[in-house]
Amino acid sequence: MADTTSGQDDIENTKPSLLARVVTSPIDVCQAIGHTILSFFQMLGRLILFMVETIARGFAPPFYGRQIIRQVIDIGYYSLPVVGMTAVFTGMVLALQSYTGFTRFNAEGAIAGVVVLSITRELAPVLAGLMVAGRVGASIAAEIGTMRVTEQIDALTTLSVSPFKYLIAPRVFTGTIMLPVLVLIGDIIGVFGGYVVSVYTLGFSPNSYISQTWDILETMDVVSGLIKAAAFGFIVTIMGCYHGFNSARGAQGVGAATTNAVVSASILILISNYFLTQIFFS
Amino acid sequence: MNAGTEKLEAINEMPSKSNDNPMLWLYGVKKTFGSNNVLQGINLKLPKSKSLVVIGGSGSGKSVMLKCILGLITPDDGSIFVDGEETVGLSIKKRNQLMHKFGMLFQGGALFDSLKIWENVAFGLIQGQQMARADAYYVAIERLRAVGLGKKVADLYPSELSGGMQKRVSLARAIATDPEIIFFDEPTTGLDPIMADVINDLITETVRDMGATALTITHDMGSVRKVADEVAMIYKGQIIWQDDVQNLDNSGNEYVEQFINGSAEGPITDDARKDGLI
Repeated sequence: MADTTSGQDDIENTKPSLLARVVTSPIDVCQAIGHTILSFFQMLGRLILFMVETIARGFAPPFYGRQIIRQVIDIGYYSLPVVGMTAVFTGMVLALQSYTGFTRFNAEGAIAGVVVLSITRELAPVLAGLMVAGRVGASIAAEIGTMRVTEQIDALTTLSVSPFKYLIAPRVFTGTIMLPVLVLIGDIIGVFGGYVVSVYTLGFSPNSYISQTWDILETMDVVSGLIKAAAFGFIVTIMGCYHGFNSARGAQGVGAATTNAVVSASILILISNYFLTQIFFS
Repeated sequence: MNAGTEKLEAINEMPSKSNDNPMLWLYGVKKTFGSNNVLQGINLKLPKSKSLVVIGGSGSGKSVMLKCILGLITPDDGSIFVDGEETVGLSIKKRNQLMHKFGMLFQGGALFDSLKIWENVAFGLIQGQQMARADAYYVAIERLRAVGLGKKVADLYPSELSGGMQKRVSLARAIATDPEIIFFDEPTTGLDPIMADVINDLITETVRDMGATALTITHDMGSVRKVADEVAMIYKGQIIWQDDVQNLDNSGNEYVEQFINGSAEGPITDDARKDGLI
Protein backbone atom coordinates (compact mmCIF):
# COMPACT_ATOMS: atom_id res chain seq x y z
CA MET A 1 0.00 0.00 0.00
CA ALA A 2 2.83 2.27 0.95
CA ASP A 3 4.44 1.52 -2.38
CA THR A 4 1.28 2.50 -4.22
CA THR A 5 1.07 5.82 -2.40
CA SER A 6 4.70 6.45 -3.09
CA GLY A 7 4.08 5.70 -6.76
CA GLN A 8 1.17 8.14 -6.88
CA ASP A 9 3.36 10.77 -5.23
CA ASP A 10 5.96 10.19 -7.90
CA ILE A 11 3.35 10.67 -10.60
CA GLU A 12 2.16 13.89 -8.93
CA ASN A 13 5.75 15.10 -8.70
CA THR A 14 6.31 14.50 -12.36
CA LYS A 15 3.31 16.58 -13.44
CA PRO A 16 5.10 19.96 -13.63
CA SER A 17 7.94 18.53 -15.65
CA LEU A 18 5.50 16.88 -18.04
CA LEU A 19 3.71 20.21 -18.40
CA ALA A 20 7.03 21.91 -18.97
CA ARG A 21 7.81 19.39 -21.64
CA VAL A 22 4.50 19.99 -23.39
CA VAL A 23 5.22 23.72 -23.38
CA THR A 24 8.78 23.42 -24.60
CA SER A 25 8.30 20.57 -27.02
CA PRO A 26 6.65 22.68 -29.78
CA ILE A 27 9.68 24.96 -29.64
CA ASP A 28 11.97 21.95 -29.85
CA VAL A 29 9.99 20.57 -32.75
CA CYS A 30 10.08 23.93 -34.55
CA GLN A 31 13.81 24.16 -33.89
CA ALA A 32 14.38 20.68 -35.28
CA ILE A 33 12.28 21.42 -38.38
CA GLY A 34 14.00 24.76 -38.91
CA HIS A 35 17.43 23.19 -38.51
CA THR A 36 16.56 20.47 -41.02
CA ILE A 37 15.24 23.00 -43.56
CA LEU A 38 18.29 25.25 -43.17
CA SER A 39 20.63 22.26 -43.48
CA PHE A 40 18.82 21.15 -46.62
CA PHE A 41 19.14 24.55 -48.29
CA GLN A 42 22.76 24.82 -47.17
CA MET A 43 23.50 21.45 -48.78
CA LEU A 44 21.54 22.43 -51.90
CA GLY A 45 23.56 25.64 -52.22
CA ARG A 46 26.82 23.75 -51.82
CA LEU A 47 25.73 21.17 -54.38
CA ILE A 48 24.80 23.84 -56.94
CA LEU A 49 28.15 25.60 -56.43
CA PHE A 50 29.88 22.23 -56.79
CA MET A 51 28.06 21.58 -60.09
CA VAL A 52 28.82 25.08 -61.41
CA GLU A 53 32.50 24.71 -60.52
CA THR A 54 32.64 21.24 -62.12
CA ILE A 55 31.10 22.48 -65.38
CA ALA A 56 33.13 25.73 -65.46
CA ARG A 57 36.45 24.00 -64.78
CA GLY A 58 35.64 20.91 -66.85
CA PHE A 59 35.33 22.88 -70.09
CA ALA A 60 38.61 24.75 -69.67
CA PRO A 61 42.00 23.23 -70.57
CA PRO A 62 44.09 21.34 -69.64
CA PHE A 63 42.06 18.16 -70.26
CA TYR A 64 43.17 14.91 -68.72
CA GLY A 65 42.65 12.37 -71.52
CA ARG A 66 44.06 9.42 -69.57
CA GLN A 67 41.62 10.07 -66.75
CA ILE A 68 38.70 10.15 -69.21
CA ILE A 69 39.81 6.86 -70.82
CA ARG A 70 40.12 5.28 -67.37
CA GLN A 71 36.61 6.42 -66.50
CA VAL A 72 35.20 5.16 -69.82
CA ILE A 73 36.51 1.72 -68.86
CA ASP A 74 35.39 1.95 -65.19
CA ILE A 75 31.97 3.48 -65.73
CA GLY A 76 31.12 2.15 -69.18
CA TYR A 77 32.84 -1.14 -69.86
CA TYR A 78 32.66 -2.61 -66.34
CA SER A 79 28.98 -1.66 -65.98
CA LEU A 80 28.00 -3.59 -69.12
CA PRO A 81 27.41 -6.98 -67.40
CA VAL A 82 25.24 -5.42 -64.68
CA VAL A 83 23.16 -3.38 -67.13
CA GLY A 84 22.95 -6.28 -69.60
CA MET A 85 21.73 -8.76 -66.96
CA THR A 86 19.20 -6.26 -65.63
CA ALA A 87 17.88 -5.51 -69.12
CA VAL A 88 17.59 -9.10 -70.34
CA PHE A 89 15.69 -10.35 -67.30
CA THR A 90 13.50 -7.25 -67.20
CA GLY A 91 12.53 -7.83 -70.85
CA MET A 92 11.83 -11.51 -70.15
CA VAL A 93 9.69 -10.83 -67.08
CA LEU A 94 7.86 -8.05 -68.89
CA ALA A 95 6.89 -10.41 -71.72
CA LEU A 96 5.67 -13.05 -69.25
CA GLN A 97 3.68 -10.58 -67.13
CA SER A 98 2.16 -8.88 -70.17
CA TYR A 99 1.10 -12.23 -71.57
CA THR A 100 -0.66 -13.35 -68.37
CA GLY A 101 -2.48 -10.00 -68.20
CA PHE A 102 -3.26 -9.47 -71.89
CA THR A 103 -4.69 -12.94 -72.50
CA ARG A 104 -7.65 -11.88 -70.31
CA PHE A 105 -8.51 -9.27 -72.95
CA ASN A 106 -7.40 -11.27 -75.98
CA ALA A 107 -4.73 -8.63 -76.57
CA GLU A 108 -1.66 -10.86 -76.88
CA GLY A 109 -0.67 -9.00 -80.05
CA ALA A 110 0.22 -5.92 -77.98
CA ILE A 111 2.95 -7.69 -76.02
CA ALA A 112 5.75 -6.79 -78.45
CA GLY A 113 4.75 -3.12 -78.30
CA VAL A 114 4.45 -3.09 -74.52
CA VAL A 115 7.89 -4.67 -74.13
CA VAL A 116 9.70 -2.34 -76.52
CA LEU A 117 8.00 0.86 -75.28
CA SER A 118 8.43 -0.01 -71.61
CA ILE A 119 12.08 -0.91 -72.11
CA THR A 120 13.11 2.05 -74.24
CA ARG A 121 11.08 4.76 -72.53
CA GLU A 122 11.27 3.78 -68.87
CA LEU A 123 12.78 0.56 -67.68
CA ALA A 124 16.16 0.57 -69.40
CA PRO A 125 17.09 4.16 -68.43
CA VAL A 126 15.69 3.99 -64.89
CA LEU A 127 16.96 0.52 -63.99
CA ALA A 128 20.33 1.14 -65.64
CA GLY A 129 20.52 4.45 -63.74
CA LEU A 130 19.76 2.75 -60.43
CA MET A 131 22.20 -0.11 -61.09
CA VAL A 132 24.96 2.31 -62.09
CA ALA A 133 24.16 4.43 -58.99
CA GLY A 134 24.81 1.34 -56.88
CA ARG A 135 27.95 0.30 -58.71
CA VAL A 136 29.58 3.48 -59.98
CA GLY A 137 28.15 6.10 -57.60
CA ALA A 138 29.26 4.12 -54.56
CA SER A 139 32.67 3.45 -56.06
CA ILE A 140 33.25 7.13 -56.93
CA ALA A 141 32.18 8.32 -53.47
CA ALA A 142 34.39 5.72 -51.74
CA GLU A 143 37.42 6.47 -53.93
CA ILE A 144 37.22 10.26 -53.69
CA GLY A 145 36.25 10.06 -50.01
CA THR A 146 39.33 7.98 -49.27
CA MET A 147 41.45 10.44 -51.25
CA ARG A 148 40.00 13.25 -49.12
CA VAL A 149 40.67 11.42 -45.84
CA THR A 150 44.24 10.46 -46.81
CA GLU A 151 45.02 14.04 -47.98
CA GLN A 152 45.47 12.96 -51.62
CA ILE A 153 43.11 15.73 -52.73
CA ASP A 154 45.19 18.29 -50.81
CA ALA A 155 48.27 16.78 -52.46
CA LEU A 156 46.73 17.39 -55.91
CA THR A 157 46.24 21.07 -55.07
CA THR A 158 49.81 21.45 -53.82
CA LEU A 159 51.01 19.93 -57.11
CA SER A 160 49.19 22.70 -59.05
CA VAL A 161 46.48 20.34 -60.27
CA SER A 162 42.84 21.25 -59.74
CA PRO A 163 40.90 18.35 -58.17
CA PHE A 164 37.85 19.54 -60.11
CA LYS A 165 39.67 19.16 -63.41
CA TYR A 166 41.54 15.98 -62.59
CA LEU A 167 39.04 14.04 -60.47
CA ILE A 168 35.53 15.44 -60.80
CA ALA A 169 35.10 16.67 -64.39
CA PRO A 170 36.34 13.44 -66.10
CA ARG A 171 33.96 11.32 -64.00
CA VAL A 172 30.94 13.55 -64.54
CA PHE A 173 31.66 13.99 -68.26
CA THR A 174 32.15 10.24 -68.78
CA GLY A 175 29.07 9.31 -66.72
CA THR A 176 26.91 11.69 -68.76
CA ILE A 177 28.20 10.26 -72.05
CA MET A 178 28.44 6.57 -71.12
CA LEU A 179 25.06 5.97 -69.53
CA PRO A 180 23.18 6.62 -72.80
CA VAL A 181 25.53 4.14 -74.49
CA LEU A 182 24.78 1.58 -71.77
CA VAL A 183 21.06 2.24 -72.06
CA LEU A 184 21.13 1.83 -75.85
CA ILE A 185 22.79 -1.56 -75.38
CA GLY A 186 20.29 -2.29 -72.57
CA ASP A 187 17.41 -1.43 -74.95
CA ILE A 188 18.61 -4.00 -77.48
CA ILE A 189 19.27 -6.69 -74.85
CA GLY A 190 15.95 -6.02 -73.07
CA VAL A 191 13.93 -6.28 -76.27
CA PHE A 192 15.87 -9.44 -77.12
CA GLY A 193 14.90 -10.89 -73.69
CA GLY A 194 11.22 -10.22 -74.43
CA TYR A 195 11.64 -11.77 -77.90
CA VAL A 196 13.22 -14.96 -76.48
CA VAL A 197 10.42 -15.51 -73.96
CA SER A 198 7.67 -14.61 -76.45
CA VAL A 199 8.99 -16.85 -79.21
CA TYR A 200 10.44 -19.83 -77.32
CA THR A 201 8.12 -19.95 -74.29
CA LEU A 202 4.87 -18.32 -75.35
CA GLY A 203 4.90 -19.59 -78.95
CA PHE A 204 4.83 -16.27 -80.86
CA SER A 205 5.96 -16.16 -84.45
CA PRO A 206 9.46 -14.63 -84.68
CA ASN A 207 8.69 -12.59 -87.79
CA SER A 208 5.41 -11.14 -86.50
CA TYR A 209 6.98 -10.30 -83.11
CA ILE A 210 9.83 -8.39 -84.80
CA SER A 211 7.54 -6.61 -87.22
CA GLN A 212 5.18 -5.60 -84.38
CA THR A 213 8.16 -4.27 -82.45
CA TRP A 214 9.38 -2.19 -85.41
CA ASP A 215 5.91 -0.94 -86.27
CA ILE A 216 5.19 0.52 -82.87
CA LEU A 217 8.64 1.91 -82.11
CA GLU A 218 9.27 5.61 -82.87
CA THR A 219 12.54 7.51 -82.79
CA MET A 220 11.32 9.64 -79.87
CA ASP A 221 10.83 6.54 -77.72
CA VAL A 222 14.52 5.72 -77.95
CA VAL A 223 15.78 9.32 -77.91
CA SER A 224 13.78 10.23 -74.80
CA GLY A 225 15.26 7.22 -73.00
CA LEU A 226 18.77 8.22 -74.02
CA ILE A 227 18.27 11.82 -72.87
CA LYS A 228 16.97 10.50 -69.55
CA ALA A 229 20.04 8.26 -69.35
CA ALA A 230 22.36 11.25 -69.87
CA ALA A 231 20.58 13.11 -67.05
CA PHE A 232 20.82 10.06 -64.78
CA GLY A 233 24.50 9.61 -65.63
CA PHE A 234 25.13 13.21 -64.61
CA ILE A 235 23.15 12.74 -61.38
CA VAL A 236 24.93 9.52 -60.40
CA THR A 237 28.44 10.84 -60.99
CA ILE A 238 27.90 14.32 -59.56
CA MET A 239 26.35 12.89 -56.38
CA GLY A 240 29.17 10.37 -56.02
CA CYS A 241 31.78 13.10 -56.50
CA TYR A 242 30.01 15.60 -54.24
CA HIS A 243 29.60 13.23 -51.30
CA GLY A 244 33.11 11.82 -51.69
CA PHE A 245 34.68 15.27 -52.00
CA ASN A 246 32.90 16.47 -48.84
CA SER A 247 33.45 13.24 -46.94
CA ALA A 248 34.01 13.55 -43.19
CA ARG A 249 37.17 12.18 -41.60
CA GLY A 250 37.65 8.50 -40.87
CA ALA A 251 36.22 5.24 -42.11
CA GLN A 252 32.77 6.22 -40.83
CA GLY A 253 32.86 9.41 -42.90
CA VAL A 254 33.72 7.53 -46.09
CA GLY A 255 31.02 4.94 -45.36
CA ALA A 256 28.42 7.66 -44.83
CA ALA A 257 29.53 9.42 -48.03
CA THR A 258 29.07 6.19 -50.00
CA THR A 259 25.61 5.55 -48.58
CA ASN A 260 24.52 9.16 -49.14
CA ALA A 261 25.80 9.09 -52.73
CA VAL A 262 23.76 6.00 -53.63
CA VAL A 263 20.60 7.01 -51.76
CA SER A 264 20.54 10.61 -53.01
CA ALA A 265 21.32 9.57 -56.61
CA SER A 266 18.59 6.90 -56.57
CA ILE A 267 15.96 9.29 -55.22
CA LEU A 268 16.97 12.05 -57.64
CA ILE A 269 16.78 9.59 -60.55
CA LEU A 270 13.21 8.63 -59.65
CA ILE A 271 12.12 12.26 -59.12
CA SER A 272 13.78 13.58 -62.28
CA ASN A 273 12.36 10.64 -64.26
CA TYR A 274 8.85 11.86 -63.53
CA PHE A 275 9.59 15.42 -64.65
CA LEU A 276 11.47 14.31 -67.77
CA THR A 277 8.62 11.96 -68.71
CA GLN A 278 6.17 14.82 -68.30
CA ILE A 279 8.30 17.06 -70.51
CA PHE A 280 8.61 14.43 -73.27
CA PHE A 281 5.17 12.88 -73.36
CA SER A 282 2.58 15.16 -71.75
CA MET B 1 64.09 40.43 -22.15
CA ASN B 2 65.63 37.34 -23.80
CA ALA B 3 66.62 36.94 -27.45
CA GLY B 4 63.60 34.81 -28.36
CA THR B 5 61.15 37.41 -27.07
CA GLU B 6 63.01 40.23 -28.86
CA LYS B 7 62.91 38.31 -32.11
CA LEU B 8 59.20 37.62 -31.66
CA GLU B 9 58.54 41.34 -31.18
CA ALA B 10 60.42 42.11 -34.39
CA ILE B 11 58.31 39.51 -36.19
CA ASN B 12 55.14 41.03 -34.80
CA GLU B 13 55.90 44.32 -36.62
CA MET B 14 53.42 45.24 -39.32
CA PRO B 15 54.77 44.12 -42.73
CA SER B 16 55.92 47.09 -44.80
CA LYS B 17 57.71 47.64 -48.08
CA SER B 18 60.76 49.02 -46.28
CA ASN B 19 61.33 45.69 -44.54
CA ASP B 20 63.49 43.19 -46.36
CA ASN B 21 61.14 40.56 -47.73
CA PRO B 22 61.35 37.22 -45.99
CA MET B 23 60.33 34.17 -48.04
CA LEU B 24 57.25 33.65 -45.91
CA TRP B 25 55.52 36.09 -43.60
CA LEU B 26 52.30 35.48 -41.71
CA TYR B 27 50.73 38.48 -40.04
CA GLY B 28 47.71 38.31 -37.75
CA VAL B 29 46.35 35.13 -39.33
CA LYS B 30 43.11 34.02 -37.69
CA LYS B 31 40.90 31.02 -38.33
CA THR B 32 37.81 29.88 -36.46
CA PHE B 33 35.82 26.68 -36.90
CA GLY B 34 32.43 27.13 -35.25
CA SER B 35 33.22 28.25 -31.69
CA ASN B 36 36.78 26.93 -31.85
CA ASN B 37 39.33 29.74 -32.40
CA VAL B 38 42.11 27.62 -33.85
CA LEU B 39 44.40 30.43 -35.04
CA GLN B 40 44.26 33.58 -32.94
CA GLY B 41 46.57 35.92 -34.80
CA ILE B 42 49.62 34.01 -36.00
CA ASN B 43 52.73 36.11 -36.67
CA LEU B 44 55.59 34.21 -38.25
CA LYS B 45 58.57 35.19 -40.38
CA LEU B 46 60.70 32.74 -42.38
CA PRO B 47 63.87 34.11 -44.03
CA LYS B 48 64.99 32.83 -47.43
CA SER B 49 66.98 29.56 -47.50
CA LYS B 50 66.38 28.95 -43.80
CA SER B 51 64.76 25.97 -42.18
CA LEU B 52 62.13 26.86 -39.60
CA VAL B 53 60.51 24.22 -37.42
CA VAL B 54 57.21 24.99 -35.72
CA ILE B 55 56.64 22.90 -32.61
CA GLY B 56 53.46 22.58 -30.59
CA GLY B 57 51.11 20.06 -29.07
CA SER B 58 48.24 18.31 -30.77
CA GLY B 59 45.39 20.69 -31.53
CA SER B 60 47.56 23.80 -31.17
CA GLY B 61 46.86 24.86 -34.78
CA LYS B 62 50.00 23.69 -36.61
CA SER B 63 48.25 21.86 -39.43
CA VAL B 64 45.61 24.57 -39.89
CA MET B 65 48.38 27.18 -40.15
CA LEU B 66 50.09 25.10 -42.84
CA LYS B 67 46.84 24.63 -44.75
CA CYS B 68 46.23 28.39 -44.63
CA ILE B 69 49.67 29.01 -46.16
CA LEU B 70 49.00 26.44 -48.89
CA GLY B 71 45.60 27.97 -49.64
CA LEU B 72 43.74 24.77 -48.71
CA ILE B 73 41.92 26.76 -46.02
CA THR B 74 41.08 30.46 -46.31
CA PRO B 75 41.96 32.44 -43.17
CA ASP B 76 39.24 34.60 -41.59
CA ASP B 77 41.66 37.48 -41.11
CA GLY B 78 45.31 38.43 -41.56
CA SER B 79 47.88 38.34 -44.34
CA ILE B 80 50.22 35.71 -45.74
CA PHE B 81 53.10 37.03 -47.83
CA VAL B 82 55.10 34.64 -50.01
CA ASP B 83 58.25 36.23 -51.37
CA GLY B 84 56.69 39.66 -50.77
CA GLU B 85 53.38 38.85 -52.47
CA GLU B 86 50.09 38.81 -50.54
CA THR B 87 48.50 35.42 -51.13
CA VAL B 88 45.23 35.63 -49.19
CA GLY B 89 42.39 36.09 -51.69
CA LEU B 90 44.46 35.21 -54.77
CA SER B 91 42.56 34.19 -57.92
CA ILE B 92 42.57 30.49 -58.87
CA LYS B 93 44.98 31.15 -61.75
CA LYS B 94 47.46 33.07 -59.61
CA ARG B 95 47.14 30.52 -56.82
CA ASN B 96 48.06 27.76 -59.31
CA GLN B 97 51.13 29.74 -60.39
CA LEU B 98 52.08 30.28 -56.75
CA MET B 99 51.79 26.55 -56.08
CA HIS B 100 54.75 25.96 -58.43
CA LYS B 101 56.90 27.53 -55.70
CA PHE B 102 55.72 25.00 -53.12
CA GLY B 103 56.57 21.41 -52.35
CA MET B 104 54.83 19.49 -49.61
CA LEU B 105 55.51 16.30 -47.72
CA PHE B 106 52.28 15.14 -46.11
CA GLN B 107 52.14 13.39 -42.75
CA GLY B 108 50.69 10.18 -44.22
CA GLY B 109 52.58 10.47 -47.51
CA ALA B 110 49.36 11.13 -49.51
CA LEU B 111 50.68 9.10 -52.44
CA PHE B 112 48.17 8.38 -55.21
CA ASP B 113 47.21 4.71 -54.84
CA SER B 114 46.28 4.21 -58.48
CA LEU B 115 49.61 5.48 -59.86
CA LYS B 116 53.01 3.83 -60.00
CA ILE B 117 55.78 5.22 -57.81
CA TRP B 118 57.52 7.05 -60.67
CA GLU B 119 54.17 8.52 -61.78
CA ASN B 120 53.60 9.77 -58.24
CA VAL B 121 57.01 11.45 -58.17
CA ALA B 122 56.57 12.92 -61.66
CA PHE B 123 52.93 13.91 -61.11
CA GLY B 124 53.59 17.63 -60.60
CA LEU B 125 55.80 17.69 -63.69
CA ILE B 126 53.39 15.83 -66.00
CA GLN B 127 50.04 17.16 -64.84
CA GLY B 128 51.05 20.48 -63.29
CA GLN B 129 53.77 21.59 -65.70
CA GLN B 130 52.80 19.53 -68.79
CA MET B 131 56.23 17.90 -69.11
CA ALA B 132 56.43 14.94 -71.54
CA ARG B 133 56.06 11.60 -69.73
CA ALA B 134 59.36 10.26 -71.07
CA ASP B 135 61.28 13.30 -69.76
CA ALA B 136 59.38 13.25 -66.46
CA TYR B 137 60.30 9.56 -66.01
CA TYR B 138 64.02 10.38 -65.98
CA VAL B 139 63.52 13.23 -63.52
CA ALA B 140 61.51 10.88 -61.28
CA ILE B 141 64.26 8.22 -61.34
CA GLU B 142 66.81 10.91 -60.47
CA ARG B 143 64.70 12.17 -57.55
CA LEU B 144 64.12 8.64 -56.29
CA ARG B 145 67.89 8.09 -56.35
CA ALA B 146 68.36 11.33 -54.37
CA VAL B 147 66.20 9.91 -51.57
CA GLY B 148 67.97 6.55 -51.63
CA LEU B 149 65.52 4.50 -53.71
CA GLY B 150 66.54 2.44 -56.73
CA LYS B 151 65.04 2.13 -60.18
CA LYS B 152 63.31 -1.14 -59.23
CA VAL B 153 60.92 0.76 -56.99
CA ALA B 154 59.76 3.02 -59.83
CA ASP B 155 57.29 0.55 -61.31
CA LEU B 156 55.76 -0.56 -58.01
CA TYR B 157 52.58 0.85 -56.48
CA PRO B 158 52.51 2.71 -53.12
CA SER B 159 50.75 -0.18 -51.34
CA GLU B 160 53.77 -2.39 -52.13
CA LEU B 161 56.15 -0.18 -50.11
CA SER B 162 56.83 0.12 -46.37
CA GLY B 163 55.91 3.29 -44.45
CA GLY B 164 59.50 4.56 -44.49
CA MET B 165 59.83 3.99 -48.23
CA GLN B 166 56.52 5.76 -48.83
CA LYS B 167 57.85 8.75 -46.86
CA ARG B 168 60.94 8.79 -49.10
CA VAL B 169 58.77 8.67 -52.21
CA SER B 170 56.67 11.50 -50.82
CA LEU B 171 59.86 13.48 -50.22
CA ALA B 172 60.98 12.74 -53.79
CA ARG B 173 57.62 14.02 -55.06
CA ALA B 174 57.88 17.14 -52.89
CA ILE B 175 61.26 18.07 -54.41
CA ALA B 176 60.59 16.88 -57.98
CA THR B 177 59.48 20.29 -59.24
CA ASP B 178 62.45 22.14 -57.65
CA PRO B 179 60.25 24.17 -55.30
CA GLU B 180 61.48 27.32 -53.56
CA ILE B 181 59.64 26.52 -50.33
CA ILE B 182 59.17 23.00 -48.99
CA PHE B 183 56.68 22.17 -46.24
CA PHE B 184 57.07 19.09 -44.07
CA ASP B 185 54.04 18.00 -42.07
CA GLU B 186 55.22 15.79 -39.20
CA PRO B 187 57.73 13.98 -41.44
CA THR B 188 58.80 11.35 -38.91
CA THR B 189 55.42 10.43 -37.42
CA GLY B 190 54.83 6.68 -37.46
CA LEU B 191 58.44 5.78 -38.33
CA ASP B 192 60.90 3.81 -36.22
CA PRO B 193 63.78 5.88 -34.73
CA ILE B 194 66.32 4.75 -37.32
CA MET B 195 64.04 5.48 -40.30
CA ALA B 196 63.05 8.77 -38.67
CA ASP B 197 66.72 9.78 -38.51
CA VAL B 198 67.21 8.72 -42.14
CA ILE B 199 64.29 10.94 -43.17
CA ASN B 200 65.66 13.83 -41.08
CA ASP B 201 69.04 13.48 -42.80
CA LEU B 202 67.36 13.39 -46.22
CA ILE B 203 65.37 16.53 -45.43
CA THR B 204 68.48 18.35 -44.25
CA GLU B 205 70.52 17.30 -47.29
CA THR B 206 67.87 17.99 -49.91
CA VAL B 207 66.95 21.39 -48.48
CA ARG B 208 70.62 22.36 -48.25
CA ASP B 209 71.48 21.07 -51.74
CA MET B 210 68.49 22.80 -53.34
CA GLY B 211 68.96 26.03 -51.39
CA ALA B 212 65.26 25.90 -50.60
CA THR B 213 63.39 27.47 -47.72
CA ALA B 214 61.80 24.88 -45.42
CA LEU B 215 58.94 24.99 -42.95
CA THR B 216 58.46 21.87 -40.84
CA ILE B 217 55.76 21.23 -38.28
CA THR B 218 56.44 18.50 -35.78
CA HIS B 219 56.46 17.54 -32.12
CA ASP B 220 59.43 15.21 -32.57
CA MET B 221 62.33 16.94 -30.79
CA GLY B 222 64.86 14.73 -32.63
CA SER B 223 63.62 16.22 -35.91
CA VAL B 224 63.73 19.74 -34.48
CA ARG B 225 67.38 19.54 -33.48
CA LYS B 226 68.38 17.90 -36.76
CA VAL B 227 66.60 19.99 -39.38
CA ALA B 228 65.99 23.41 -37.80
CA ASP B 229 67.89 26.67 -38.23
CA GLU B 230 65.13 28.41 -36.29
CA VAL B 231 62.38 27.13 -34.03
CA ALA B 232 58.98 28.64 -33.24
CA MET B 233 56.45 27.38 -30.74
CA ILE B 234 52.73 27.59 -31.42
CA TYR B 235 50.40 27.48 -28.44
CA LYS B 236 46.66 28.08 -28.42
CA GLY B 237 46.74 29.43 -31.95
CA GLN B 238 49.58 31.93 -31.43
CA ILE B 239 53.34 31.90 -31.88
CA ILE B 240 54.60 32.38 -28.34
CA TRP B 241 58.34 32.04 -29.02
CA GLN B 242 60.72 32.06 -32.01
CA ASP B 243 64.50 31.98 -32.06
CA ASP B 244 67.59 30.18 -33.41
CA VAL B 245 67.72 26.46 -32.62
CA GLN B 246 70.89 27.01 -30.55
CA ASN B 247 68.81 28.98 -28.05
CA LEU B 248 66.11 26.33 -27.72
CA ASP B 249 67.47 24.94 -24.45
CA ASN B 250 67.79 28.45 -22.97
CA SER B 251 64.51 29.83 -24.23
CA GLY B 252 63.47 31.43 -20.94
CA ASN B 253 59.90 30.49 -21.84
CA GLU B 254 58.29 28.04 -19.42
CA TYR B 255 55.91 26.69 -22.08
CA VAL B 256 58.80 25.93 -24.44
CA GLU B 257 60.76 24.36 -21.59
CA GLN B 258 57.92 22.06 -20.61
CA PHE B 259 57.37 21.05 -24.24
CA ILE B 260 60.99 20.28 -25.12
CA ASN B 261 61.55 18.42 -21.85
CA GLY B 262 58.31 16.49 -22.26
CA SER B 263 57.37 17.16 -18.61
CA ALA B 264 53.99 15.99 -17.39
CA GLU B 265 53.74 19.03 -15.06
CA GLY B 266 54.05 22.65 -16.12
CA PRO B 267 52.07 25.59 -17.47
CA ILE B 268 50.70 23.66 -20.46
CA THR B 269 49.11 20.98 -18.25
CA ASP B 270 47.97 23.64 -15.77
CA ASP B 271 46.12 25.44 -18.60
CA ALA B 272 44.66 22.16 -19.83
CA ARG B 273 43.32 21.45 -16.32
CA LYS B 274 41.79 24.93 -16.13
CA ASP B 275 40.12 24.35 -19.51
CA GLY B 276 38.81 20.96 -18.34
CA LEU B 277 40.72 19.12 -21.06
CA ILE B 278 42.47 16.75 -18.64
